[in-house]
Amino acid sequence: MTATTEHIEREVAIVPPKDHTPVIRSLDPSDFPTPTSRDEEFRFTPMSKLRDLHKGDVPTTGGVAIAVNKVPGATFELTSAKTGERQGFTDKIAAGAWANVDSVSTLTISADAQLEESVVVSVVGSGAVSYGQLDINVEKFAKAVVIVDHIGDATYAGNIDINVADGASICVVSLQDWDAKAVHLAQHRITLGRDSSAKHVLITLGGEVVRILPSVVYTAPGGQAELFGLYFASAGQHAEHRLFVDHSQANCRSNVVYKGALDGEDAHTVWVGDVLIRANAVGTDTYEINRNLVLSGGGRADSVPNLEIETGEIVGAGHASTTGRFDDEQLFYLQSRGITPDEARKLVLRGFFEDLLGQISVPEINDRVRTSIETRLGGHI
Amino acid sequence: MSVIEIKGLTVQVTTEDGPKDILRGVDLTVKAGEVHALMGPNGSGKSTLAYAIAGHPKYSITGGSVTLDGQDVLAMSVDERARAGLFLAMQYPVEVPGVSISNFLRTSITAIRGEAPNLRHWIKELKESMAGLQIDPQFAERNVNEGFSGGERKRTEILQMELIHPKIAVLDETDSGLDVDALRVVSEGINRVCAKGETGVLLITHFTRILKYVKPDFVHVFYDGRIVREGGSELADEIEANGYAQFVTA
Repeated sequence: MTATTEHIEREVAIVPPKDHTPVIRSLDPSDFPTPTSRDEEFRFTPMSKLRDLHKGDVPTTGGVAIAVNKVPGATFELTSAKTGERQGFTDKIAAGAWANVDSVSTLTISADAQLEESVVVSVVGSGAVSYGQLDINVEKFAKAVVIVDHIGDATYAGNIDINVADGASICVVSLQDWDAKAVHLAQHRITLGRDSSAKHVLITLGGEVVRILPSVVYTAPGGQAELFGLYFASAGQHAEHRLFVDHSQANCRSNVVYKGALDGEDAHTVWVGDVLIRANAVGTDTYEINRNLVLSGGGRADSVPNLEIETGEIVGAGHASTTGRFDDEQLFYLQSRGITPDEARKLVLRGFFEDLLGQISVPEINDRVRTSIETRLGGHI
Repeated sequence: MSVIEIKGLTVQVTTEDGPKDILRGVDLTVKAGEVHALMGPNGSGKSTLAYAIAGHPKYSITGGSVTLDGQDVLAMSVDERARAGLFLAMQYPVEVPGVSISNFLRTSITAIRGEAPNLRHWIKELKESMAGLQIDPQFAERNVNEGFSGGERKRTEILQMELIHPKIAVLDETDSGLDVDALRVVSEGINRVCAKGETGVLLITHFTRILKYVKPDFVHVFYDGRIVREGGSELADEIEANGYAQFVTA
């Protein structure tokens, strides 16, 4: 894609995070000051559209309905007790979700189980203010695909903690396919054991405001994380994905690919990729890329990769970010083969996402995303 | 029999220093079944002519006319020109990430023919054309031009020409960057299309070597935005022997 003109791309500043350890970690929302748009973490966020979820004290007005299919090797429990160890969250929204949630959903993938079918956790909103906490515990050497499917309408703060034991392998796809008015705020925290791997996929298609913060922590060497994201923001939609990969162990890998399209007035996407390679994380191999395709006027894509490296003894570290409109030469080429301008743009856009779908490689998700994109393309681009 | 008639064509491009005239009155007629070689030194405007015929937005037409079987080509959009029967094999075909050759070709053929091809016939047709150009069948699933070598790109252009079966094909330096084997394969592909007698070919080239494989009926020497000399294939031999200098000073 060719670059990048004035109002569609903001200057990408490579600024190392000033302080990579959050000052506050707590399960109690009252430990946090209420965030404002002056805070770095919220500088791109439309605070007035969060329906006060950032204040951490909005009471529940009804739940989301959660349903899970039965898959051998996976067990699902809903418990009202908030017991056990849990690390503190890093902002008031996530701590508020924890404080206000009625019950904890726990999905356990049994040790050594190799699931032959995807586990689908369906989260259906009914327009109420609701909170969620989903724990996905992947026991040693287990392997599974978990799809968390968010649909309906909701004002929802729901966190997901993904704990991957030694040698286990998990793919978690979180699909934000909400109705147009939904607000969804979340932290997704991935903890990786020795030689384990996680593929984490965010697909944000619906909702008025979606703001998700995936993070990866390695507890032992040999962990591998792939973080993929695909988003499509139409007029008035805000889709924000902020990730943090904390390389604190030797010989771990991370690969981040986020791709988004923006279409229409005030479509706004935000991607912030913080990757930290600590001094002891020798042998780290990391790469992150974000690409945005602006389909029509009036959209804004913010894209900020931050890479901080405290040791030179690494395999590789890189980042890339591009934001642009359709490439005129690509469109000319396709049109010179008889393809109409409209169909040419659709081909290029499908192709833009097809690359990523190939890497995501979860057939039922890919089909759904393709269908959704086709529907959105139905009108125009 | 189809015919493209170019009369008094003048073309400008916009540069940092303002508009610049590139074509200064081109007259050229190509009929179906004929092979015309358009030869000239670098910078003479050969590629500009090719892109102007195809309708690239970078080139503005300031005068003259182009008609295809009497229809005003210059009034058509890029895709309309292609559907009317014009084809341009590009010198530098672009990559289209995430779009497979097979998807691209099927979309193009559907647009050009006005209906989706019968799937079984289409697969056979595609396989045969690919085999003829010695293109690995697996290429069908690769993304358009992504990671292709120069030779692979050019072969894929000729593959498109064969499948589209245009009335008039403009081949812009299709021979550049090809080794001898690839040049032979590509030339055979061009000759197969020509042999059907339904396509007129305008072969734009800097060098004479492709003319050993594709025999032109007419040779036009292009210099400074216009045709300065015309003749039969013997003109190519003259260029081979003496270069372009004689026309430059003329």
